[in-house]
Amino acid sequence: MNSTPAPERGIWKIISASSVGTLIEWYDFYIFGSLATVIASQFFPKTNPTAALLSTLATFAAGFIVRPFGALVFGRLGDLIGRKYTFLLTLIIMGGSTFAIGLVPGYERIGFAAPLLVLLLRLMQGLALGGEYGVAATYVAEHSPPHRRGFFTSWIQTTATLGLFLSLGVILIARHSLAPDLETSIKKFNDWGWRIPFWASIVLVAVSIYIRLKMKESPLFAKLKSEGKTASNPLKESFAHKSNLKMVLLALFGATMGQGVVWYTGQFYAQSFVENVCHVDFEQSRTILIWSILFATPCFILFGWWSDKVGRKWIMITGMLLAVVTYRPLFNQLLKISDVGAAKELTEKKEIHNTLNLIPTTENSIRITTTKKFFENGNALVETRTDSLFANGKMSSTPLVKNTTMLGQSAYWEMVLIIFIMVLYVTMVYGPIAAFLVELFPTRIRYTSMSLPYHIGNGVFGGLTPFIATLLTTIYAGDKLVGLWYPIIVAAICFVIGIVYINNRIDPNVND
Amino acid sequence: MNQVKRILGIVWILLAPLAIFYLVKTAIHEIENKPVIDTKIQWLVFIIVFVPIAIGLVIFGYYAFRGEYDRLPESSEELEPKPPAP
Repeated sequence: MNSTPAPERGIWKIISASSVGTLIEWYDFYIFGSLATVIASQFFPKTNPTAALLSTLATFAAGFIVRPFGALVFGRLGDLIGRKYTFLLTLIIMGGSTFAIGLVPGYERIGFAAPLLVLLLRLMQGLALGGEYGVAATYVAEHSPPHRRGFFTSWIQTTATLGLFLSLGVILIARHSLAPDLETSIKKFNDWGWRIPFWASIVLVAVSIYIRLKMKESPLFAKLKSEGKTASNPLKESFAHKSNLKMVLLALFGATMGQGVVWYTGQFYAQSFVENVCHVDFEQSRTILIWSILFATPCFILFGWWSDKVGRKWIMITGMLLAVVTYRPLFNQLLKISDVGAAKELTEKKEIHNTLNLIPTTENSIRITTTKKFFENGNALVETRTDSLFANGKMSSTPLVKNTTMLGQSAYWEMVLIIFIMVLYVTMVYGPIAAFLVELFPTRIRYTSMSLPYHIGNGVFGGLTPFIATLLTTIYAGDKLVGLWYPIIVAAICFVIGIVYINNRIDPNVND
Repeated sequence: MNQVKRILGIVWILLAPLAIFYLVKTAIHEIENKPVIDTKIQWLVFIIVFVPIAIGLVIFGYYAFRGEYDRLPESSEELEPKPPAP
């Protein structure tokens, strides 16, 4: 069976069409995680902020856990009816559910129906994403010449990180644009403006659908279908036959499991750690990640290209090893950079502001005291204290106190550098993996067989990383870095399995 | 190297139940400390999600111990299921 790779000009059209839709799907998925703290306040009871955050992360995690099921469902569809139409279906489901999340009323209006609806829509997002990645990577790989498969598929690999980048950018723009005054704009954003990034996705999805309608079916799949050689039951062929099952397990435990935890630790958990453990300002925590992603993204292409020369295995394995060895020192440095305890305070620059807001229809009021302390290292500590003042002259006994660190310039860029290093590890483990997975499986079951280990590795192991890491810090409260043991141990096991069991051979022929 | 693969197969077979034991032990401890519905659901989901993965690791270890990974297949004919004997 022969199938000619697309001419180079044609492959760029294919990459663009695949990448745009995949990027939008990642954007849809990630705006939820990027807005976890805001969503927590809207949809989950306000009794305990940590519990609310955990509930949001759980809903966030639910979307990840369901991804392997999406991989099975859409994988089967893709192997039966072709890549093109499955591609369209996943995009429509993702776009629709994302838009709908932006419409769900808050907990205070509809009670428990609110988090339940959000959870259901999140599960639909996860299902759709489970069907998306496998077909995009398969589609590009099946069109690529063998000696450039790593390079061409690495463009698809940039879309997850760029989707995260886009989600952060849209959120920041929305946060700043709702009123001329920044404080008012942020307040409006926290009240209702957070819905804007969800609504914006429908426009992006419409564009992607238009592009995908113009795409042709994968020539390899079309050929298989015309010759009657498609799998009648790709699920059974993938997992009931030992020869296929053993490769699925190898792909999971030797590659995607470690890749998944490195991906989510270096990006999502890093941002959550900076915001919630280092207590860095909301916007700074996000712009730090934006800069790191911007600088590191070209490395996806670099490592994809390089994997065509030296093989996929050693690049991915090295990324995992570096993560295992350096995560604790790197995250410890993030703590040190943001710690104002040891620094000398510039007491003469201290600022205190008080605002008093009357509570409508009552004679009570809320007093917000903002104290800004400046330190020699350039950092500033902003303490926001909220007291309730009652008409009878009494004050609330338990004021709400929030401390936020505003990083000085050198601390800010040092954090960008540290997270850039973590994202570099992401590019090492993720850049070559699409080509690696495609080369591992034959065409007739490729979509199903590669999707499942990919989505278990990324959806379950990786997607649960922020949640499990945060949970570990509540169980073992004395150590702020204890959450890192989860990705370190998982990546270490994957490193050993990958080194011992995976070979470095580049398959010269995926057209079988 | 094949010998290492097979010996490590035993390690994976043992690692999986050990990991599940630690998970269940932590779940019981946490639920005892905070016996609310959120905590129970959360740990139940963890157990439901990770037990099948642990079973997969046991199968992987078994295959490794049996030498199934001594040589990886290099063409799809090697992955195709063999037709039944006439």
